[in-house]
Amino acid sequence: MTETQNGTFNDTALANKIIGNGKPAEKVLIADDEPNIVVSLEFMMKREGFQVLVARDGLGALEAIRREHPRLVLLDATMPGMTGFDVCEAVRSDEDTRDTRIVMLTAKGRETDKARGVGAGADAYVTKPFSTRELVQKVRDMMAPDAAE
Amino acid sequence: MRLPWPLIAAMVAPGLALALWLALGAVGFYATLDAPAAAALAAALGPLLETHGMLVLFWWLVAASVGAWAVQVLHERYMAAPARLAEGARVLVSDASAPPVAAGGDAAARTIADALNALSQERRTLKQEMARLVEDASHAVAHQRDQLGALVAELQQSVVVCNLEGRILLYNARARALCRRISRAPGGAGGAELIGLGRSIHGVVDKALIDHARESVDRRIVRGEPAPSARFVTHTPSGHLLRVSLAPVREAAEGAPATGYVLLLDDITEEYEAEAHADRQWLTLTETSRAGLASIQAALDMLDYPDLETEERERFQAVVREEVAAMGERITALAAEASSASKARWPLQDMLGADLIAAASHHIAEATGLAVTADTVEGELWLSVDSFSLIAALTFLARCAVEGREAPDLELRVSRADGRAHLDLCFAGGAAIAAGWQSSPMDGAGGGSPLSVRDVAERHGGEVWLEHARTGGTPRAVFRFLLPLASAAADTAAHAGESRPEFYDFDLFAASEGHHERDDRPLGELAFTVFDTETTGLDPAGGDEIIQIGATRIVNGKLLKAECFDQLVNPGRSIPEAGIAIHGIRPAMVRGQPAIGEVLPAFHAFVSDTVLVGHNVAFDLRFLKLKEAATGVVFDQPVLDTLLLASIVHPNAEAQSLEAIAARLGITVSGRHTALGDALACAEVFMKLLPLLQQQGIRTLGEARAASEDSYYARLRY
Repeated sequence: MTETQNGTFNDTALANKIIGNGKPAEKVLIADDEPNIVVSLEFMMKREGFQVLVARDGLGALEAIRREHPRLVLLDATMPGMTGFDVCEAVRSDEDTRDTRIVMLTAKGRETDKARGVGAGADAYVTKPFSTRELVQKVRDMMAPDAAE
Repeated sequence: MRLPWPLIAAMVAPGLALALWLALGAVGFYATLDAPAAAALAAALGPLLETHGMLVLFWWLVAASVGAWAVQVLHERYMAAPARLAEGARVLVSDASAPPVAAGGDAAARTIADALNALSQERRTLKQEMARLVEDASHAVAHQRDQLGALVAELQQSVVVCNLEGRILLYNARARALCRRISRAPGGAGGAELIGLGRSIHGVVDKALIDHARESVDRRIVRGEPAPSARFVTHTPSGHLLRVSLAPVREAAEGAPATGYVLLLDDITEEYEAEAHADRQWLTLTETSRAGLASIQAALDMLDYPDLETEERERFQAVVREEVAAMGERITALAAEASSASKARWPLQDMLGADLIAAASHHIAEATGLAVTADTVEGELWLSVDSFSLIAALTFLARCAVEGREAPDLELRVSRADGRAHLDLCFAGGAAIAAGWQSSPMDGAGGGSPLSVRDVAERHGGEVWLEHARTGGTPRAVFRFLLPLASAAADTAAHAGESRPEFYDFDLFAASEGHHERDDRPLGELAFTVFDTETTGLDPAGGDEIIQIGATRIVNGKLLKAECFDQLVNPGRSIPEAGIAIHGIRPAMVRGQPAIGEVLPAFHAFVSDTVLVGHNVAFDLRFLKLKEAATGVVFDQPVLDTLLLASIVHPNAEAQSLEAIAARLGITVSGRHTALGDALACAEVFMKLLPLLQQQGIRTLGEARAASEDSYYARLRY
């Protein structure tokens, strides 16, 4: 993983772009300010054959979404500056990025927080800690060609 | 002396009548005689009259005197005596303490006089009895009021009692201290602009909130609830959070409407902040823990992959170790904070150091049978302690110290040290103290306490240790407690002592603004602010400035010396030497004091809803008026001037200086030529002038203002 100068967003190795069937790998953005969770999520998503982008705060995430158009975002709710909720709202209000799938990852466990996440437009809301196996399954389902837009 | 002419006439009348009767008889007899007989009678009587005429005259005089005497006796008995009786009765009617009526005249009159005197005596006794009963009753009522006042003053909560209009009838020292805390005025007013007898509570708590709470209480009264009250929380303009509990003041009868209300005020700012802090911490802990656990869980899941490279494996293991360590640190920090918070929650009470030492000495002397020297303690050293457990700990330590010593020579002392207090139990050193004195339960201290000395120290958020010293060759040892000092309470207590008697005035219950304009209201019912200023000079337009404002209040005819405003003002210019000789305010004294722009809003709040009074007040008002544009503070209250009022009472007096007027009214003036000293003197003069003005028919504010305008001095000046 190489980080850009401002540390907000990252281009992954080109080798990950192409997988077995010759189709370009789909992009997944991981937006979280906790490097220790990013390490595992990045490893796991790469193993699943996605091209992984990483952002460390809300603004970086939004910038990456607008520039790279990832198919799916694993979005942490509590990040410095712009929160995951704010990013979610911004993504949904922009015609260009509206269709991005968003899985909100959050340490906030209250029902009100969940309601807010779903209200802001998250497709799924996952409370930390979570089972990676279930998360991977959720991501696979959402990335399947027949998954509802 | 005026002669009693009617009586004299009445006394002469019988004699004259007798003379006339005899003369008419003689003339009639003479007229019946024929001429020769008449001549013969004349010839016979002529010489007789010459020789015996005086005898006849004398005989007549005797008869006349007897007649006069008889008239005099009858007059005295039947006219003068009843008249005197009537007069005496009239005096008795108007004055019960008049001497008894004199018993005169005949027997009947004397009986009437005796009956009158008996009646009068009875009436006098009844009146005295009545007066005694009234005095007893008033005394009992006053006593109850004083007791209530004293009770409320000592309460730990802030209590304010208001009438239905929100006028304050009673407040206690805690309420005063609370207002001092939430006041935004400079130190000189320090809350006196918010709380004071007759002031509106709406300066502290929003009227709309109080009205809302009252409505809710009224509804509960109508529903017949036994103890209706309402609670709410409000923000003060200074950012404090107050919890208010409102209960009605009612007559004893069930369902009676409220005549006023009691407010219990609690400054919950700190409490709220502590709770908010705890909430934030709880939230942070759960969120960081969830995030940390997620990282650990994910890393562990990754470690399950069998084909990891060594570098990747180490990376995920490092994640687990880092997250576990971070979580451990968070929990340690939180545990430390929680334990100090729980210690802080232990209810500590404010206590004078001297009182604590006295109580502890007494306990130790009883427990050990040894005398304890109590060192003289700094007078105003207040501690925040749980005195019961602390005295138990001291007694336990005294037992430890006594053990194995011939002459332990116990001594207790308390002193201030770096914002905390040292509480020392000193004793003869040399021998060792049994180990475990800190941590073993104080069972031996009488009462079988499971606590240890260390527990007690920690309860106070303090420390305890044993020190060895050598003073003049004698080894001494000291058990030393480090304890928290009390902060606000000592302040409260100091202020409470000064002015408790002025903390309540239940007569204001009856006082009501009603629909009367202030002009129509009797002067005795109004609230006045009597004020004075000291200035750099006499020419406000020429750049002279106010350097001190002093004011006091008169409410319901009482001078409230405790509710005063006393503030030095930084004039932002030099103070001429000539003035310093008069007011004694040197430039160093106003350095660091607030500017007039800061003081006037506070002073304006202090005088709100009152009539301004001053001596030659036009001078002071000119200074205030000139600041209106700059500060935006407008003083449009009604104004009375003691100079003008005094000239109405003593129009012919030459000197109308405050001293001269005070001297004429028999007032001793002290502390003059400070603004507050002059304001107090002026207030006393004003209070003496009020009854004198009333004698001249000047009863209301309007009449006083009209009379002032017509007075000689007013015409001279304006």
